[in-house]
Amino acid sequence: MDFTRRDTLALGAGAAAMALLPLRAVAQADPNAEVVGAPDEFLAGADAGAGDLTLTAPEIAENGNTVPISVDAPGAVEVRVYALGNPTPGVATFRFGPLAGSQAASTRIRLAGTQDVQAIAKMADGSYQTAMKTVKVTIGGCGG
Amino acid sequence: MAASAMLGTSGFGNWARLAAQQSLTQDQLLQFDTFGNVSLIHVTDIHAQLMPIYFREPSVNIGVGGNRGAVPHVTGSDFRKLYGIEDGSRSHYALSSGDFSALAQAYGKVGGMDRVATVVNAIRADRPDALLLDGGDTWHGSYTCYQTEGQDMVNVMNGLKPDAMTFHWEFTLGTERVQELVEGLPFAALGQNIFDAEWDEPLPDLFPPYKFFERGGVKIAVIGQAFPYMPIANPGWMFPEFSFGIRDENMQAMVDEVRAQGAELVVCLSHNGFDVDKKMASKVTGIDVILTGHTHDALPEPVLVGETILIASGSNGKFVSRVDLDVRDGRMMGFRHKLIPIFSDVIAPDPQMASLIQEQRAPYKADLEEVIGQTDSLLYRRGNFNGTWDDLICDALLSEREADIAMSPGVRWGPSLIPGDDITREDIWNVTSMTYGKAYRSEMTGEFIKVILEDVADNIFNPDPYYQQGGDMVRIGGMGYRCDVTKPQGERISNMTLLSTGEAIDPAKTYMVAGWASVNEGTEGPQIWDVVESHIRKQGTVTVQPRDNVEVVGA
Repeated sequence: MDFTRRDTLALGAGAAAMALLPLRAVAQADPNAEVVGAPDEFLAGADAGAGDLTLTAPEIAENGNTVPISVDAPGAVEVRVYALGNPTPGVATFRFGPLAGSQAASTRIRLAGTQDVQAIAKMADGSYQTAMKTVKVTIGGCGG
Repeated sequence: MAASAMLGTSGFGNWARLAAQQSLTQDQLLQFDTFGNVSLIHVTDIHAQLMPIYFREPSVNIGVGGNRGAVPHVTGSDFRKLYGIEDGSRSHYALSSGDFSALAQAYGKVGGMDRVATVVNAIRADRPDALLLDGGDTWHGSYTCYQTEGQDMVNVMNGLKPDAMTFHWEFTLGTERVQELVEGLPFAALGQNIFDAEWDEPLPDLFPPYKFFERGGVKIAVIGQAFPYMPIANPGWMFPEFSFGIRDENMQAMVDEVRAQGAELVVCLSHNGFDVDKKMASKVTGIDVILTGHTHDALPEPVLVGETILIASGSNGKFVSRVDLDVRDGRMMGFRHKLIPIFSDVIAPDPQMASLIQEQRAPYKADLEEVIGQTDSLLYRRGNFNGTWDDLICDALLSEREADIAMSPGVRWGPSLIPGDDITREDIWNVTSMTYGKAYRSEMTGEFIKVILEDVADNIFNPDPYYQQGGDMVRIGGMGYRCDVTKPQGERISNMTLLSTGEAIDPAKTYMVAGWASVNEGTEGPQIWDVVESHIRKQGTVTVQPRDNVEVVGA
């Protein structure tokens, strides 16, 4: 509870380096990893059901230009994140190698407006899981 | 604990009956058979109202989705029918709308922190180790609170000695001031959902998620839940270091954490708003009591969601809730609850608190008491759409700022005035005071005005409570419209009409709009209280009849 990520970074601890490892592995393994594509391309005809995959995102974005999201996908080898209402829906690919301590990642994404954000995880056995969350982007200003 | 096995009573009927005989005494009002081994005292959304006031409850409070027709979305005679309240009784006056001006004259003002102190002291006399919990929106809402940047309320609340607090409008004092005040608090400042914005991480030093208390031999964990949508509903640029959100997954983690540490009773001190708390109670397991806040609802009985009881204690110092709990073998076995209305003429002021309050007000006495005008009409705010105070503020904006259309924020704070009352400077500040009160004047297209109305309407009428921000519809002057609350965003608002000409609002045309409480940095214009004061001074006596420029469909 008292140990924050800032402390971790300040310490330059091994844990932080470990968390970054899988991402670096992606870049090395697949030079085209930045092309996330669309959900249908990733699924390639397979079905995705609910599972242990969790997608955490705010219900209402505090700032649509930088919305913190995180995915936790125990047993996944790859997770892709899509902002379904953006002009280019694919926003992130996370691949987890066998050395990854956990299959979790977080980032910030830009949302063009209120829309569904979808995460799809490819599991080690080749099956897929999905999680969806609506994130509202509002002009705000009248709460009281 | 099976909910059905839980023993629960509400002491509400008692004072209601006595009240009908017009013979209510302080002892009768506070009568409570001490129960179990733990007492919670809840105050919330005081909005810096130190003195007795009038406060009219809403007549329009529409529930949508699963909350259609459910409390607190029941008003007026329907509310009285639901709780068996006699028309014209004290309970009618305190808890529901209808015949307000006449009943206000009969039963007098409500609130006053010196009366609240008397009630808190009386409960502590019964149960010396009762926990006093403040749900926030305490350091905002009055002339003296604005001038002292919240210091008057901090001084008064310190005199009341709460055990913990959570937050909303406090943050509009700005990061530096909030931090300064919070660091000096002699009690816990809790918020499991107050995070560092840059790193999206908790801030356990400044705002711990929870605090343990040992009371009546029971290990109690109080978890704080600040208002989730602070940087959206209020100006985020004033406190850019902080991030909020509901974060119910973190709430569950905190509940699990305190249970693992041996908590026998888990209390959530929340500023979520009632419907959000209701949903949270259905998703997060292990919370025994949610002390709700933000939406200013006063309910004479707890609402049960699964095994969690929800307590709604009103606003503006009008009510104090007492909740006695029987906690045995690490489980909540039963409760006894009473929503105590602070009838200012029935409850004697606590002399110590009265003098502490006078001390805060003394330097500003002349400014506070200056009479600006009179009112012929009931002036109130609460309700999903315009109240008469809002209409008066919109009139001031239209005439003083030479605009076609006026917009006033749909906040739920602001006491009422009854016909024949003087309007003092203090009264004007009670309904306008804030740290971003500049009255802007800006050109907007008809299309953009609709976008604003649709956006705000979705913050109230989205069927999923997690997407609601609390608050009410933006108040409009100079324009009429129709709102269908059952439609999705983008389709709720229609028939927008410019009242001065009777013409339909043209999406492509530009209109001059005057408003206040913009969340944008760098907003320019005179302070709204000066605009309203100038308008009322010119009127002398104001008359504001209820208006019908908003047509509501699907309620």
